[in-house]
Amino acid sequence: MSHYDTIIIGAGMSGLAAGIRLAYYDQRVCILERHTTIGGLNSFYRLDGRNYDVGLHAVTNFTSKGARKGPLARLLRQLRFSWDDFCLSPQIGSTIAFPGISLRFNNNFEFLRSEVHRNFPGEKDNFARLAETVVEYDDLDERVARCSARTIVSDIIQDPLLVDMLFCPLMFYGSARENDMDFAQFSIMFRSIFMEGLARPWAGVRVILKNLVRRFKQLGGELRLRAGVQRMEVERDRVSRIILDDGTLIEGDRVLSSAGWFETMRMCADDRPSQPQAPEAGPGQLSFVESVSVLDSEPRELGCDRTIVFYNDSSNFHWRKPDELVDVRSGVICCPNNFAYDQPLGDGLVRITALANFDRWKHLPATAYQAAKRACNQKMVESAVRFIADFRPHIVATDTFTPTTIRRFTGHENGAVYGTPEKRWSGTTHLKNLFICGTDQGFVGIIGAMFSGIAMANRHLLMQRQDDRDAKP
Amino acid sequence: MTPVEIKAVILDILEGIAPDEDLSDLKDDVPLREQLELDSMDFLDIVMELRKRYRVQIPEDDYVQLATMNSTVNYLSPMMKDLEKA
Ligand SMILES: Cc1cc2nc3c(=O)[nH]c(=O)nc-3n(C[C@H](O)[C@H](O)[C@H](O)COP(=O)(O)OP(=O)(O)OC[C@H]3O[C@@H](n4cnc5c(N)ncnc54)[C@H](O)[C@@H]3O)c2cc1C
Repeated sequence: MSHYDTIIIGAGMSGLAAGIRLAYYDQRVCILERHTTIGGLNSFYRLDGRNYDVGLHAVTNFTSKGARKGPLARLLRQLRFSWDDFCLSPQIGSTIAFPGISLRFNNNFEFLRSEVHRNFPGEKDNFARLAETVVEYDDLDERVARCSARTIVSDIIQDPLLVDMLFCPLMFYGSARENDMDFAQFSIMFRSIFMEGLARPWAGVRVILKNLVRRFKQLGGELRLRAGVQRMEVERDRVSRIILDDGTLIEGDRVLSSAGWFETMRMCADDRPSQPQAPEAGPGQLSFVESVSVLDSEPRELGCDRTIVFYNDSSNFHWRKPDELVDVRSGVICCPNNFAYDQPLGDGLVRITALANFDRWKHLPATAYQAAKRACNQKMVESAVRFIADFRPHIVATDTFTPTTIRRFTGHENGAVYGTPEKRWSGTTHLKNLFICGTDQGFVGIIGAMFSGIAMANRHLLMQRQDDRDAKP
Repeated sequence: MTPVEIKAVILDILEGIAPDEDLSDLKDDVPLREQLELDSMDFLDIVMELRKRYRVQIPEDDYVQLATMNSTVNYLSPMMKDLEKA
């Protein structure tokens, strides 16, 4: 039976980043991934001769080369990558579009500030105060961390329209909670999108993933694909063995799981009293449909010149699980072409994300699924072209994926992209040698997930490793 | 290892942690945290690198000794004086 210092469940962003940290410090590490490929929620695939990214619209937390502060700089240091390794090109400019009003922003926060002044002159000082509050917010301040961001922000900003407009991008890029966010999450997202910024590698997410895997393997780490964890055997208060889908047994001193909190708990074969099942404490409910349109031209030539448009067509912005298959009242429109690359992207692309209902998709009869996908795609595109130039005559190919696709390829319950609303910031579990990282630990998005993997590896698997060794019989 | 050699080791570690950084005008008596914006994760790395390369164990309570280059070298000198440079 193979034996490792640490076994990591999941080869997504968080698992790979954690793996690099541990392998770098000479641990015997194995990453177990159920899928046939790496990347999890942010993977890539090939269809009809074209490369597609699963998730990637934009990498958040962008800071320029030479910046020392911020999550991007910190994680590059931790993984021993140089800034150039991620090949990031900054966004051109994005828009938050609501009925009759829009706010533009780019990677310079002062521009958003000026847009707020222009559109909401009365909120000038309030917006400055909000920005200060967000900057001063300390991740470790548990008292405010879990407070309702809507309450705190509405105390500072008077105009509910501006509140909604600021929440819209932050929720789309990272809120697991319906209608609200924890203030911790709000502050992290506000900084990562408005104060730091958006960027993308010309070749997409595969550049980042391939760098991660190459580094992990160079350091002696082992990656097993098609190696789903079926169950974890528990002896007293520890995981003793891991059983794979095919029956293979694996032993490790410690286990770090990126599969999600509930998903991981279910793998534990012990008689743990079940969790209180208040809906808020359960798995996340928010999922997406993603529509990808391939165009015969650069979107810019058709008049689509924004990098990302976060839109909402209603008097209020609704952030909750829709009753229908998809809620097209709001959404995110991304043109991956509109980043400041050195060379054009090739295909023109428009991606649209909208909130979706997992259960509705799951209960569709197989015969109706394809048609529903096509219909949703069309609805999403129709909704989007109210906010950007009509690109429909230029579509040469489309692809759509749904909450059930996300569920199937990542194992996340309900296809919940941002996991459960109740984050486990400590990363600890009821078992002494089992920890979690990634989406349900607290940090989401590409940079957030990597950061989570690093932070949990440092705290639970590197720092205390020595003491624990000594304590073991 | 002499203090000069220990300093070279620390510089090498810092270069690994921050490859984009120019370390040539690093000041020996100014906190590293300020000069390089190092955070607790980076200090953990300095500790881990020393353990990895020279099996030097630094208890968590002593991390404060790594504030500046001078304090780091002073702190490490007794522990590393009998070690050969790798
Ligand atoms: C449509 C979409 C668009 C997105 N857009 C962006 C974006 O523009 N910018 C951004 O920053 N982020 C974006 N994200 C979010 C980002 O992709 C995620 O937050 C991040 O990738 C999460 O990484 P993770 O490591 O926490 O989890 P995952 O990527 O889910 O990793 C978990 C891994 O564990 C594996 N696994 C699960 N169960 C088992 C098991 N039992 N045994 C073995 N392996 C198992 C899964 O297959 C998976 O590979 C998007 C996500 C989606 C779905």
